[in-house]
Amino acid sequence: MTTTPLNDVMAEGDPTQRANVEQVPDVERPDRWWQVVWSSRKARIGIVIVAAYVLVAVFAPLIAPHDPLDSSFTPLAGASGENWLGTTTDGRDIASQLIYGSRISLLVGLFGGLLATMIALVIGMISGYAEGTIVDDILSFITNVALVIPTLPLIITLVAYSEVRGVWLIVGVIAITSWAGGARAKRAQIITLRNRDFVTAAKFSGEGTMRIVFREIMPNMSSLVAAAFVGSATGAIGAEAGLAVLGLGDSQSVSWGTMLYQANAQGAITQGLWLWVFVPGLVLAILMTGMAFINFGVDLLSNPHLREDA
Amino acid sequence: MKYFARKFGFFVATLWAVVTLNFLIPRLQPGDPAEIIVKKLAGKDAALDPAQVRAMRAMLGAPDGSLLQQYATYLGELVRGNFGLSYSYYPFKVTEVIGQAFWWTVVLVTVTQVLSFAVGIVLGAYAAWRRNSRFDSFVTLGSTFLGTLQPFWIALLLLYVFGYTLGWFPTSGGYEESTPGFNFAFIQEAVSHSFLPALALLIVTPIGWILGMRNTMIMNLGEDYIRLAKAKGLPDRVVALKYAARNALLPSVTGFALALGGVLGGAILVEQAFDYPGLGRLMGEAVENKDYPLLQTLMLLTTVGVLIANLVADLLYGVLDPRARRAES
Repeated sequence: MTTTPLNDVMAEGDPTQRANVEQVPDVERPDRWWQVVWSSRKARIGIVIVAAYVLVAVFAPLIAPHDPLDSSFTPLAGASGENWLGTTTDGRDIASQLIYGSRISLLVGLFGGLLATMIALVIGMISGYAEGTIVDDILSFITNVALVIPTLPLIITLVAYSEVRGVWLIVGVIAITSWAGGARAKRAQIITLRNRDFVTAAKFSGEGTMRIVFREIMPNMSSLVAAAFVGSATGAIGAEAGLAVLGLGDSQSVSWGTMLYQANAQGAITQGLWLWVFVPGLVLAILMTGMAFINFGVDLLSNPHLREDA
Repeated sequence: MKYFARKFGFFVATLWAVVTLNFLIPRLQPGDPAEIIVKKLAGKDAALDPAQVRAMRAMLGAPDGSLLQQYATYLGELVRGNFGLSYSYYPFKVTEVIGQAFWWTVVLVTVTQVLSFAVGIVLGAYAAWRRNSRFDSFVTLGSTFLGTLQPFWIALLLLYVFGYTLGWFPTSGGYEESTPGFNFAFIQEAVSHSFLPALALLIVTPIGWILGMRNTMIMNLGEDYIRLAKAKGLPDRVVALKYAARNALLPSVTGFALALGGVLGGAILVEQAFDYPGLGRLMGEAVENKDYPLLQTLMLLTTVGVLIANLVADLLYGVLDPRARRAES
């Protein structure tokens, strides 16, 4: 394990690390990472919002009054005790669709974000550690190409070719089209860490390159990785909505994007069904704002200068 | 000069990568791509329309030869500007269909991009100058929230409020009865039809500039030359505009082309909502009708457009900032 001051905040959960910290009695024990994040008011709000969405998604079958695909209700009904937000033109319950829709967004956010972050980490770390070599040239070139290609047209083209559009296809396509910004940031970060003494020490002790990059250097970047993950997850949720709005969503389930697509396709606005249009976009925006707020707290971990302001 | 050569080299290499990607995407599926696509289009039992097969083969080059031969044919057709026939607008050429929609999107995206750049720079600079003021937190928090809104959703809301409820603006299309061309009636109609789509984009697109400009400007304000300027007794306005903001502007230029990709993505979604006759709506139609030749060409066209904008921004940056040229030579 490394013993740089940088990783004290993030590696707190690791028992060996805690032992190290406690051997230095003079130093005031630093706040644990969750205390730092929680100390930001924005992050607290964000965590509460996202937690609420996760609960709704997990317990959707208990909360939702109806099956989201059940089309046996009176079409175009207004809000009532039976249908909280009214029904669609083909007689589906809007509130239930909304509740089940949280599942798709969170699923795509979690796995799309994870996958994109992993690709960004591997490419960015290797490229940065190998800075100046042919490996770096190739990886940097790929990163820069991926960065300038506009994402949405590419995602649309890739998804349009597949007959069955499952949620995993969408997760995969979003991940492979959205890692580039993260990879570039990781590359820049590792270049600043690469020549620290602990890396030199690890090299002299004969550790392999992969081990140095992913076990020695990476833990020092945990908070940046966490921030990048939250950012990618937010982006993935937005991208899924963008795809679904064009009719390219998962055909088997309901998402907020699909709801907007159907609302538009079936002329919800011309018929004055504004709830059908208004609510899915709003819940989407609140979730994404919550996630952006969490990142205000995560930023406090990587940049201690910001902490006094919180 | 080396700087410019490098940037141009990157442009050519990226162009090649994009063209190759465009070639590979339809071939990612196992089997003969032309056959699979035509089968998909026709349904399992329906008889194959030879016209469709021809359109598909034209798009794919010669699907019978080896991958390398196909690639050579594809590049040859590309150089000659032959992108095949549209399937949904058969027998029109893809290029003719796109030509109809091209300027609608180019004008919409250019106008919004320039406006959002201007709005973003001004708001970002002012927020940085009045850091931690109420205006600053309003702008920062407001941007965070607005940035999460779906362009398509904003478009639908604007349509509902200003199109249907208030009836101030037309609700779909690009013009009414006038003949497209350079005449007053047409321009007036096009502007009133483009107003809401542009507004929908303008709500989201300045946000990157606002936050970026604010951050660079805050960094610049901590520099010694700003302190010196203040110590000299220069008025605040001069320090803010001529010293801090002017220098903070530079990094934003590099972001210009990258942001263009985002604006383009937004335009694709907004055009759907307004039924605006541009490339985005065409893309939606291509997806819906499985018009792969049209879709592929649109993908290629939009990507190359962003690449060219990126090249121009890079070259411009080299002219504006001598350090960029020197650092690499």
